Amino acid sequence: MTFKKILIANRGEIAVRILRACRELGIRSVAVYSDVDRASLHVSKADEAYYLGAPPATESYLNIEKILAVAKRAGADAIHPGYGFLSENPKFPRACKEAGIKFIGPKAEAMEMMGSKTGARRAMEKAGVPFVPGSLRGLNSVEEGEQVAERIGYPVMLKAASGGGGKGMRLVFKREELRSALESAKSEAARSFGDDEVYVEKAIVNPRHIEMQVLADEHGHTVYLGERECSIQRRHQKVLEEAPSAIVDPDMRRRMGEVAVRVAQAANYTNAGTVEFLVDQEKNFYFLEMNTRLQVEHPVTELTTGLDLVHLQIHIAAGGELPFKQEDIAIRGHAIECRIYAEDPDNHYFPSPGKITMLLPPAGPGIRHDSGSYEGWTVPIDYDPLLAKLIGYGTDREQVILRLQRALHEYFVGGIQTNISLFQRILADGDFQAARLDTGYLERLLAREHEHVLEGMSPAEERVSEVVAIAAGLFAVLDPAPAASNAASSISEIIAKSPSGWKQAALREALRG
Amino acid sequence: MNYDVSVDGKAHRLELARKGDQWECKLDGRAVPVDPVLLRRNMLSLLIDGVSYEVRREQTVSGLRLSIGLARYAVELRDPRSLHSWQTESGSAEGKKKIVAPMPGKVVRVLVKQGAEVQAGQGVVVVEAMKMQNELKSPKQGIVQKVMAVEGATVNAGDVLLIVE
Repeated sequence: MTFKKILIANRGEIAVRILRACRELGIRSVAVYSDVDRASLHVSKADEAYYLGAPPATESYLNIEKILAVAKRAGADAIHPGYGFLSENPKFPRACKEAGIKFIGPKAEAMEMMGSKTGARRAMEKAGVPFVPGSLRGLNSVEEGEQVAERIGYPVMLKAASGGGGKGMRLVFKREELRSALESAKSEAARSFGDDEVYVEKAIVNPRHIEMQVLADEHGHTVYLGERECSIQRRHQKVLEEAPSAIVDPDMRRRMGEVAVRVAQAANYTNAGTVEFLVDQEKNFYFLEMNTRLQVEHPVTELTTGLDLVHLQIHIAAGGELPFKQEDIAIRGHAIECRIYAEDPDNHYFPSPGKITMLLPPAGPGIRHDSGSYEGWTVPIDYDPLLAKLIGYGTDREQVILRLQRALHEYFVGGIQTNISLFQRILADGDFQAARLDTGYLERLLAREHEHVLEGMSPAEERVSEVVAIAAGLFAVLDPAPAASNAASSISEIIAKSPSGWKQAALREALRG
Repeated sequence: MNYDVSVDGKAHRLELARKGDQWECKLDGRAVPVDPVLLRRNMLSLLIDGVSYEVRREQTVSGLRLSIGLARYAVELRDPRSLHSWQTESGSAEGKKKIVAPMPGKVVRVLVKQGAEVQAGQGVVVVEAMKMQNELKSPKQGIVQKVMAVEGATVNAGDVLLIVE
């Protein structure tokens, strides 16, 4: 059995990625769109497209009722949620099931289990999954905290049980600091979350973030497809990902992979999923969480395994068995993904929506460019400003770095600001090239920005500056009066069209894959 | 045609003349052999002594910008024969610099007063957008000629907040 028509409940590059898979498989694709997305690429590239509603996601891409109404009207027999939006909301697969439409992803129960911290932990402990050692429950006294800390070893981290965003968290290096840290963590937790429960965990200093891709069919087969190194993050958002990780050898890959498979099986997980781990400096790995969806960074796994994850997701959802076994999967070559965002590197990486006046995408050997944008398109302010993913692949890590540097040189996005220059800095950085990475890497690199700026112009740069002066004059003669600045007008236009844009921007953090 | 061109604040004098299908070009008095082809709007292929440059042009809120490879340059261009022929609004021959709001937002603080002396890179106005505060810096050393920004006022992208001379 296969599907005849798939509705893609998403937008941007991932909607385009999925509808491409549909076309390859001879399945009709149905796009949905909000007011600001009528001219977006996923609408024009799809076989069918239907209007959802106003730009706020609750009126459009997060609205289960509206999406299911479109699916029924269009006669879709399956829905792919992409990432972000409804992809990890268990209500969505449940509603799809009631409507008789197949959800391409895990079952609601598996999502629910993984969505609950304590629920996941209980099930995972039964399955023998390694966790960061800790007290597992709230501390009743300073003495109890001291005992646990002695057992697991300092430094330890105190964490609010209902916490998030760093609130109620304290790093404790020695016994003498524990009492006051616990008191202040408790009062901060009480103030922030109305719950002063605080537990203690071993602090992982400068961890790496490494995740394992798994794939499970509905016939009890689960495999792992290798890891992705995702340590390059800014404010807990991934910026650059790669596969394989430079520190993972075949034995570690097998051990992590087997744990990831056990996690998936303990949750009766089906379809594509990702098990995230924290890895300490001794290469011990600890379960962090499971992402119950296709990840933004899935292409690096596709390139190093030779598999098409979206094809496989569709195949599995249609009831197919995995067409290979664990021993058939081989990791070959290396791949690195750069997330190209419409944001301003000179302005604290603020979103930089507006009209793309010129777009010169890179191509050539070892380059994959998954994009949701085109020249002339206005990047809306309402959603995550991910423009495209630039993925380089090659024989080994060194070759991929060279290819990506070349591709970035070709890449040009005019009219708006992008973070393209950030990737040039990362790829040229000695620590990155030596794969000395941890989750604090990018903040440290950005803190060095000033030295970089103050270096001044090299003689070669001086010469280019003269070329620019000549070019400016030649432009004035050959191509007079550049189109009036539409950057300014289009930003105001976008704001005018979507009064809730700024509020929506806050949602964006949550919607990022 | 003669132009005064400033590239990232560095001033150049450019003389251009077309002779048939050839160009005569002098930069700061020095002859430069140029072979330009406009590939499309805002995109120029420029050969100088066999060295190839692909130059792209953009008009941004803060003015004209040219880029080659990954490098981007803020450019100001003026025909010295005309006082009103600036292709950008962001400066003038005397070196006035307008500080404009990069995004719509609210002016939180004005850090300098009219007549104050400022250094290049010194913060002059703080604008808040999307719950993030953003300190705008003076692009050059000089005297604050005029302060348009008013604390608490809402501004649009491109609005002039302050002029440094």
